[in-house]
Amino acid sequence: MTAPTTETLLSRAAAERMYELMLTTKLADDQAREETKAGRLQAAFYPVRGLEAVCAALGEVLRADDQLVSTYRNLGDALAKGVSLRAIMAELYGRLDGVSKGKGGSMHLHDTTVGFMTTTGIVGSGLPITLGLGLGAQLDGSDRVVVVTFGDGATSIGAAHEALNLAVLWQLPILFLCQNNQWGEHTPIAEYAGSTDLRARAEAYGMAAHRVDGFDLFATLDCLRDAVASVRAGGGPVFVEAMTYRLTGHTGTADFSYVPADELAAAMARDPAPVFRAWLVESGALSEGEANAVAHRAESAVADAFAFAQASPLPGPDELWTDVFATDLINWEER
Amino acid sequence: MSALAEPKTEEMTSAVAMNSALDCAMTADPKVILLGEDIADPIGGVFKVTKGLSTKYGTHRVRATPISEQAIVGTAIGLSLAGYRPVAEIMFFDFVTVAMDQIVNHATKLRYMSGGATPAPITVRTTVGGSRFGAQHAQSLEAWFMHTPGIKVVMPSNPVDAKGLLTSCIFDDDPCLFIEHLNLAYSSKAEVPVEDLRIPLGKANVLATGSDVTLITYGPTVPLVRAAAETLAAQGISAEVIDLRTLMPLDLDTVFDSVTKTRRAVVVHEATQFMGPGAEIGAQIHEQLFGELLGPVLRVGARFTPVPFSRGLSNAPSAERILGAAHALLASPRVNRSAGRTAG
Ligand SMILES: Cc1ncc(C[n+]2csc(CCOP(=O)(O)OP(=O)(O)O)c2C)c(N)n1
Repeated sequence: MTAPTTETLLSRAAAERMYELMLTTKLADDQAREETKAGRLQAAFYPVRGLEAVCAALGEVLRADDQLVSTYRNLGDALAKGVSLRAIMAELYGRLDGVSKGKGGSMHLHDTTVGFMTTTGIVGSGLPITLGLGLGAQLDGSDRVVVVTFGDGATSIGAAHEALNLAVLWQLPILFLCQNNQWGEHTPIAEYAGSTDLRARAEAYGMAAHRVDGFDLFATLDCLRDAVASVRAGGGPVFVEAMTYRLTGHTGTADFSYVPADELAAAMARDPAPVFRAWLVESGALSEGEANAVAHRAESAVADAFAFAQASPLPGPDELWTDVFATDLINWEER
Repeated sequence: MSALAEPKTEEMTSAVAMNSALDCAMTADPKVILLGEDIADPIGGVFKVTKGLSTKYGTHRVRATPISEQAIVGTAIGLSLAGYRPVAEIMFFDFVTVAMDQIVNHATKLRYMSGGATPAPITVRTTVGGSRFGAQHAQSLEAWFMHTPGIKVVMPSNPVDAKGLLTSCIFDDDPCLFIEHLNLAYSSKAEVPVEDLRIPLGKANVLATGSDVTLITYGPTVPLVRAAAETLAAQGISAEVIDLRTLMPLDLDTVFDSVTKTRRAVVVHEATQFMGPGAEIGAQIHEQLFGELLGPVLRVGARFTPVPFSRGLSNAPSAERILGAAHALLASPRVNRSAGRTAG
């Protein structure tokens, strides 16, 4: 990890915040995978392991009124934007206290009160939706920034290209944040892309585009802070390709024996939360005891959220018919 | 009741009436934003429905887009999440298929999947029919959307409805698909109120009352069915004609009331008959009124082919087929199977 520059020199509060977020994300992710394997979660869970530093940096540079559109691999994004861990977990279990009353599931989180606008299970389709949020901010005369996160694989989707072009054309206040974990489901990037320089694709559309080491919290923080400042100042859209690695299978239960052992080991050695903790303690930013206190908070929050989720009731049958239309029309099947 | 001043009207085609609807909506609500290819002046849209609006309201509200159907609908969805009331124009219904993901996976589902928190009240306007260009510019795909919970589907048959229904779509809190038939857009004119006009979604229009058979239709086949009803009247057969106007919500109450009276029904539409809207409407009537019916509900829709190009070919319902169905139904309580069969 690069040493913090003057700009990223952290207040202790910021350091604690980011460490806590990274660790909470990691622990919640670990447990959600365990729950999937044990068959207690209804559906696949999409782990975010490896993205913790990118998410923490993003959360740190965004304002509360900035808006984010994410994907199925959303736990870190959601926590970074301030969505309640309890409500996220309850949604994973399909429970009434979930963000969507259990009607969305892990791929469909949102909390508009904190600017976490929507998530999508369709690869690449968040980018066009972000255009409208960006246009809304522009028409409102607001300086809020709209961010969309997506994987490297999403850059193969036509909708992503339509969105990049239109965002540049209209100079929309959008940060396109590609969380490049080097895999599209079970296919490595080099096997699905003629050019693996995704940053260059965005640049070809005429927008500022940067590539950053997404395991390096300080480098990512600098990069995202500059990008968000530029977007907020009216400089038009910016594309950031954060280079990480997927530290788990594609889903909570997926086989990932195909991942080259040396690549995975090298990535694991840079596992963001533990690496950041080591840096905090070695640099003297936090004492061992202070780091332990943060870790304890994260562990308690995760334990609390899972207990809360498991105790939450399932939605009642009437819930099936609500929210289909604004005005509940007619129960067609039971006419 | 005090005599209210008659609303000021002007003679308009459907295209002009839709322009008037957009104009009134944009005046009423600064959150109404238009998006679509070529929709800004000077061209004002390839079908001229948005003519003059960018000049009047500015290109920040009437936004010409690249040829990017997914981006157009996605932008509309995002705008709606940001509190706007976007109206997206997709040039031809066929091109809606390019934006299917945004409409069917996102716009229609966002409300449900978020437990009511993130609805997407967008309006997608598109055109259909006319078949001047062949099979990729003429398909009637409304059944696909009726089959998808979460979106309202509207198809006007005349200028007054075009204005009133489009305005209702724009201010409705659900996603709406508004389908404009090119044969109707410029042909007939009617006196249309100049001011804001709203016709409730989900209310069918009984265009003619009758006692022998109910003819149920919408959109471009409305004139055809009215003409068929007149022919039947001359033959001593009294037909009730229902213009559904909106396919979702589908006004089954009006349909059931009518068929309870006439005890015979024919559903007519330009969409492919097989698995078309008439299949559901027919099934609903059978389920509700089986004991009352004097014969099976018959359907007259397009034959199961792509829309042909040549004038020498047509797969659309014809006056003969509509009359044929009505006569078959009246001739016998048990209709010869081949009389109702039009798909083959
Ligand atoms: C349009 C579409 N095609 C395929 C899928 C199945 N799918 C889910 S995740 C995924 C991989 C996407 O890779 P990437 O964009 O790199 O994101 P990552 O999962 O690595 O975060 C695929 C193919 C999908 N959800 N949507």
